[in-house]
Amino acid sequence: MTIRIYVPKDACAIACGADEVAEAIAAAAVSARQPVEIVRNGSRGMLWLEPMVEVVTPEGRIAYGPVEAGDVEGLFAAGFLTGGDHALRIGKPEEHPFLAKQTRLTFARCGIIDPASYADYRAHGGYKGLERALQLGPAEIIEEVKKSGLRGRGGAGFPTAIKWKTVADAKADRKYIVCNADEGDSGTFADRMIMEGDPFELIEGMTIAGIAVGATKGYVYTRSEYPHAIWAMEKAIEVARAHGMLGVNIAGSPYSFDMEVRMGAGAYVCGEETALLDSLEGKRGTVRAKPPLPAHKGLFQKPTVINNVLSLTAVPHILADGGEFYANFGMGRSRGTMPIQIAGNVKFGGLFETAFGITLGELINDIGGGTATGKPVKAAQVGGPLGAYVPTWQFDLPFDYEAFAAKDALIGHGGIVVFDESADLAKMARFAMEFCSVESCGKCTPCRIGSTRGVELMDKIIAGERVEANLATLTDLCQTMKLGSLCALGGFTPYPVLSALNHFPEEFGAPPRRLEAAE
Amino acid sequence: MPHYEPWSDERARAVIDEFSHLEGPLMPMLHAVQETFGHVPDAVVPMLAEKLNVSRAEVHGVVTFYHDFRHEPAGRHVLKLCRAEACQAAGGDALAEHAEHRLGCKLGETTADGRVTVEPIYCLGLCATAPSAMLDGRIVARLNERRLDALIEEAQS
Repeated sequence: MTIRIYVPKDACAIACGADEVAEAIAAAAVSARQPVEIVRNGSRGMLWLEPMVEVVTPEGRIAYGPVEAGDVEGLFAAGFLTGGDHALRIGKPEEHPFLAKQTRLTFARCGIIDPASYADYRAHGGYKGLERALQLGPAEIIEEVKKSGLRGRGGAGFPTAIKWKTVADAKADRKYIVCNADEGDSGTFADRMIMEGDPFELIEGMTIAGIAVGATKGYVYTRSEYPHAIWAMEKAIEVARAHGMLGVNIAGSPYSFDMEVRMGAGAYVCGEETALLDSLEGKRGTVRAKPPLPAHKGLFQKPTVINNVLSLTAVPHILADGGEFYANFGMGRSRGTMPIQIAGNVKFGGLFETAFGITLGELINDIGGGTATGKPVKAAQVGGPLGAYVPTWQFDLPFDYEAFAAKDALIGHGGIVVFDESADLAKMARFAMEFCSVESCGKCTPCRIGSTRGVELMDKIIAGERVEANLATLTDLCQTMKLGSLCALGGFTPYPVLSALNHFPEEFGAPPRRLEAAE
Repeated sequence: MPHYEPWSDERARAVIDEFSHLEGPLMPMLHAVQETFGHVPDAVVPMLAEKLNVSRAEVHGVVTFYHDFRHEPAGRHVLKLCRAEACQAAGGDALAEHAEHRLGCKLGETTADGRVTVEPIYCLGLCATAPSAMLDGRIVARLNERRLDALIEEAQS
């Protein structure tokens, strides 16, 4: 009997040797005269265990990890094809506390199915959302998304239904759905994982968006640093087309929608939606002044929905299970689930999807297991290079757009980068300014020149030169960048800089902060 | 190791033409040119300008805006080290210094023998298994000095 074995094809697993493991398993199976079928799935998101190999047994799927090619011989000897005991045996992955504690909607299928298989996607509830969308029609689809309370997962948290309604109401001969998959923030990889592990979900979400607003063409704009995600998306688009789920008259309906993948070229600012649109048009990735909003004049000046991968992949679930079901999760005005990415110097790094409201401390200490180095945690940068450094005494902060904003921090795309006590926060603040100066599109002065002056100021502060006066200038400069920049690049760079300065002033040569009674 | 073709006007036109049916075709065209020739030669700029009915300055502006597009060919192997925050938190600074020391050149430069170009990259999305690197398109995570040395030796061979 052929035994089915899952070896992830997620980029993270490949970078940890999954291809070599798959080859070793195939070779060992030939030697053992045991027919096996190796399925290259996505990742379950327990990335410290990658490559995590799963064997299908009568009791269910049994996982082993992290497996290196050199472990395969020993695994075969231990009878891993029948779920035999071994030092690397994890047991049933869904019973692992890291997965058991999650609420997986967007990532429900990721790591379970074969990402290239249309049948597998269907068998696990895929295209149920689209089926319902086709019954409802455009106005009711938007109503359903509105009920869900879904807010843009790219970072801005703008209500998705309002954006869609604006595009639906706009009159034009052509409209577009653009998926922002330019996931450039360090510490984030959810978009990449879903594109590699469940690409049909993004296709389904974009198709539903297209029907809702009357768009017939979609673009996924992603990064050149993500070759595996591009490959997986293109493959899935081809398969969807072959099954009549993309193209003219989708699934026999009167609606038509098709899509393609476009690759950026290493410019961080292209993650900003208007810079992304210019880049898609074949221009420099320069930020546009708003208004006009992309919803009115977006790609090629046509009404355009531009949404993040995680917003679009939430849509099939909202349609399949109803907006109210989705809205049941979360807290305050942050409804539904958020795929949170735990990374950096952390013991158990990975993807953790859960309802809004979980605290940062739970995520980093309980779920993440603290630092990989074993040293005490010093701070975590949440929300990418433009996110604030949150010190340990604020780790009771719940994951919620408003709660973060109240502490001058942001959730961004849900990435958490953990730093241990060896981190030099003044150096990190300098890095934030330098990154902004390199990546600035150059359109607005506060960002273009402010960041360069910011690097110079940081150099002086680090050298101990007129520290007090330079810190005052730095704070003033940050205020100008925050209020005067055209987009989030210049506007949010002050978050990491000022948070590092406010929480760890002694590292900038300033007097230590006074303990605040409230904290 | 990637193999690139020598420059040819005719070949360049053929590569560009493959994408002329697309909306907003300049970026896919530039990627294809670089994939074919290893960099974006100056000679291709007027060709693209004519094809897309835009000025040479506009094409030049696009080519120089994006970090990916090379004006000069790279070394025989390209080693990219992630220098973003998650990799910094996991010891990336020391590894970058180690690579510079071993190769005898700074990030962004090519070794004197033209074998290896070493560059910073800002995030490969492997942040939970940091630090990471990419050698000629192959990604490697959980980088440590031993693994980095192996990559450097492979690139130098």
